[in-house]
Amino acid sequence: MDSAQSQAVRQRPVLDVPVDSRALAHHTAAEHSKLASDLVFDVRDVTVRYGVHPAIRNVSLQIYRHEITALIGPSGCGKSTFIRCFNRMNDLIPSATVEGTITYHGQDLYAKGVDPVEVRRRIGMVFQKPNPFPKSVRENILFGPKVNGMEVDADEVVERSLRRAALWDEVRNKLNDSAYSLSGGQQQRLCIARAIAIDPDVILMDEPASALDPISTGRIEDLMRELQERYTIVIVTHNMQQAARVSDRTAFFTTEVEDEASDFRSGKLVEYDFTEKIFKNPSDRRTEDYVTGRFG
Amino acid sequence: MHSEPQTSAAGMPAAAAGPELPSQPLSLAGRTRRGERVILGLLWLCAAVSIFTTVGIVLVLFVDASDFFRDVSIWKFFTDTAWRPFGGVEQGRFGVLPLVNGTLLVTAIAMMVAVPLGLGSAIYLSEYAAPRARRVLKPVLELLAGVPTVVLGYFALTFMTPVLRAIFGTSTVQIFNAASAGIVMGIMIVPTIASLSEDALSAVPQGLRESAYGLGGTKRQVAIRVVTPAALSGIVAAVILGMGRAIGETMIVAIAAGNLPKLTANPFDQIQTMTAYIVQAVGGEAARGSLTYESIFAVGALLFLMTFALNVLAQRFVRRYREVY
Ligand SMILES: Nc1ncnc2c1ncn2[C@@H]1O[C@H](COP(=O)(O)OP(=O)(O)OP(=O)(O)O)[C@@H](O)[C@H]1O
Ligand SMILES: [Mg+2]
Repeated sequence: MDSAQSQAVRQRPVLDVPVDSRALAHHTAAEHSKLASDLVFDVRDVTVRYGVHPAIRNVSLQIYRHEITALIGPSGCGKSTFIRCFNRMNDLIPSATVEGTITYHGQDLYAKGVDPVEVRRRIGMVFQKPNPFPKSVRENILFGPKVNGMEVDADEVVERSLRRAALWDEVRNKLNDSAYSLSGGQQQRLCIARAIAIDPDVILMDEPASALDPISTGRIEDLMRELQERYTIVIVTHNMQQAARVSDRTAFFTTEVEDEASDFRSGKLVEYDFTEKIFKNPSDRRTEDYVTGRFG
Repeated sequence: MHSEPQTSAAGMPAAAAGPELPSQPLSLAGRTRRGERVILGLLWLCAAVSIFTTVGIVLVLFVDASDFFRDVSIWKFFTDTAWRPFGGVEQGRFGVLPLVNGTLLVTAIAMMVAVPLGLGSAIYLSEYAAPRARRVLKPVLELLAGVPTVVLGYFALTFMTPVLRAIFGTSTVQIFNAASAGIVMGIMIVPTIASLSEDALSAVPQGLRESAYGLGGTKRQVAIRVVTPAALSGIVAAVILGMGRAIGETMIVAIAAGNLPKLTANPFDQIQTMTAYIVQAVGGEAARGSLTYESIFAVGALLFLMTFALNVLAQRFVRRYREVY
C-alpha cells in the first residue's frame, strides 16, 4: 500500500488536482512515521557560514529514500550552500564551516574520521553548468570507476550508465569523440551518466536544467523520474513548474535580514512538506507568495 | 547631452504643456575628438617603430647571411661535421652541425631540469598551496627570472662545475662542460615554465575540479588526471617558450660550456653552442669582411629561425588551450 500510495502521489499532475488540506495534513503525519525507516539524511539545526556570516541558519529536515526532494527559494537564499553540505563539497571552500549535524543512514557525515572522498563516492552530484572533462565520452564515464579503484567491465559500465541517463542511443557511435562535441543537453545527461557510473546511493542536482532548452529540460525531468526508482535525488531548482512536476517533497528557503544595521541577510528554511501541499496549500504566507509568483 | 531636453521640459510652466520639441535638431553625426586622434597617432608610431626595427634586423641578418652562402653552400653548411672558422689544419670547414649539437645538448639538459621543477611548482602553487602561500611564493619564484644571466653563468662555472666534478670525478667532467651550463640554464627557465603553467592550471574552470571531487576523486587524482590534462596545451606552450629561451640563452653557455664545437652526446664534454660561437666571433676574433665574420650571420639566421619556429608553435598551443572550455 505504501509504495502504491507514493507512486500515486508522484504520477498525479500535481497542479491540476484540488486538494483537501485537512486530509493532506493527516496524510503527511502518516507518511512521516511510515517512512522513518527510509530516512536517508537527517539534517538537524545546520548552520553554514562563509567566514563569520551564516549563509543559512538552523535548518532541519529529513530526506527519504527513492524520493525526489526539491529545494526552492529566491537567489542567494543558500540552496547551493545547503545541497553542498550533503556530499561535503563545502570542504573545498576554505572559509566555509558547517555547524549542526547531518546524519546519512544514521552516520554523522561530519564526524571525525569520515573521509569526504568516501562520502562523495556514495553521494554523487550534478552541477548547474554541464562540465564534462575535456576527454572522450567514454573516458568521462569511466573516470569515477577508475579513481575509485572499482573493478568493472568498462564497456558494460559505459553502456549501462549511458542507457540509464537516456543518452545511449544518441552517443553510441561517438563514444570516443570529445565530450565537448555533444550539445549542452547531451553534455548534462553525460554528467548524470558519469555520476551514475559509480552507482551512488544519492544524486544531488544543483539546477541541472537551468542552462538548457525546454526539450532538454523535459528529458532531464523524465530521466529524474526514472532514476528515482534506484536513487534518492535532491534537486535545487528555480523553476516552480519543475519542482511541482518532478518532486515528492519541497523545501522552501528564503532570506531574512540578520542584522538591521548592516543589512546582512542569511537563508532560512521556511517550510518543508509534500510538494502538493507546498504548491496547493502552503502553511506559510511567504511560501504562498513565492510559489504563486508574488515574490522574487 | 541626454539630460538637456529633460531639464528644459521640467523648467517649463505647467500651462505650456504641449507637444514638446527638442531645442536642437537631433544629430547623430560623429564629432571630432582631437585628443583621441593624437593619442592614436602616438600609439601607432610606437607600434610601427618596434615592428620596423624587428623587420630591419631580420632583413640585415638574412642579407648578410646570403653573402656567406655565396662561398659556402647551404648543403655543406648543414652536412659537414666540423666547424673550424679560426684556422688550424681544417681551417675553412663550416659545418654547423657541431654548434647545433651543442645548443641542443645544453637545451635538452636544461629542459630535463626545468620541466619537472617548473611543472611541479606550478601544480603545487595552483592546486595545493594555500591562497596566502601562493601570494607570497609566486612573486618570489618570478624574482628568479630577474637574476642576470652573467651571474648564473658565473654560478655554473664556480659552483655547479666543481660539484659535478666532485661527484663524477675530475677525469670524467671537463672544466667547461655542457652539463653544468645546462643545469643552471634549467634553473633559470623554471620561473618561465612554472609561471606560465600555473596560469594555465588556474584557468581550468573550478567546475571541472568540483565534478572530479564529486565523483570521489582525491586531491592528487583531481590534480593529475583532470586539471593537468585540461591545461595541457597551456603547459606545452610554456615548455616550448622555455625551450626557446634555452636555445637563445648566451651568457651561461659562453661562460661555462666552453668553446669547442663538437659532435657529442656526452654532457660532461666541452662543447660550443651557436650563441657562444657568435659571442666568440663578434668578440674580435673574426676580421670584418672575412668568411668567418660572415658566418656569424649565417649562424644567427639559423638561430632566429629555430626560436621563431618554437614561438609560432607555442602560439598555436596557447590558442588551442584558449578554445578548449
Ligand atoms: N564561496 C563563497 N564564499 C563566500 N560567500 C559565499 C560563497 N558561496 C556563496 N556565498 C554566499 O552565500 C549566500 C548563499 O549563496 P548560495 O550560492 O548558496 O545561494 P543560492 O540559493 O544557491 O543562490 P542561486 O539561486 O542564485 O544559485 C550568498 O549570500 C552568497 O553570496
Ligand atoms: Mg545556487
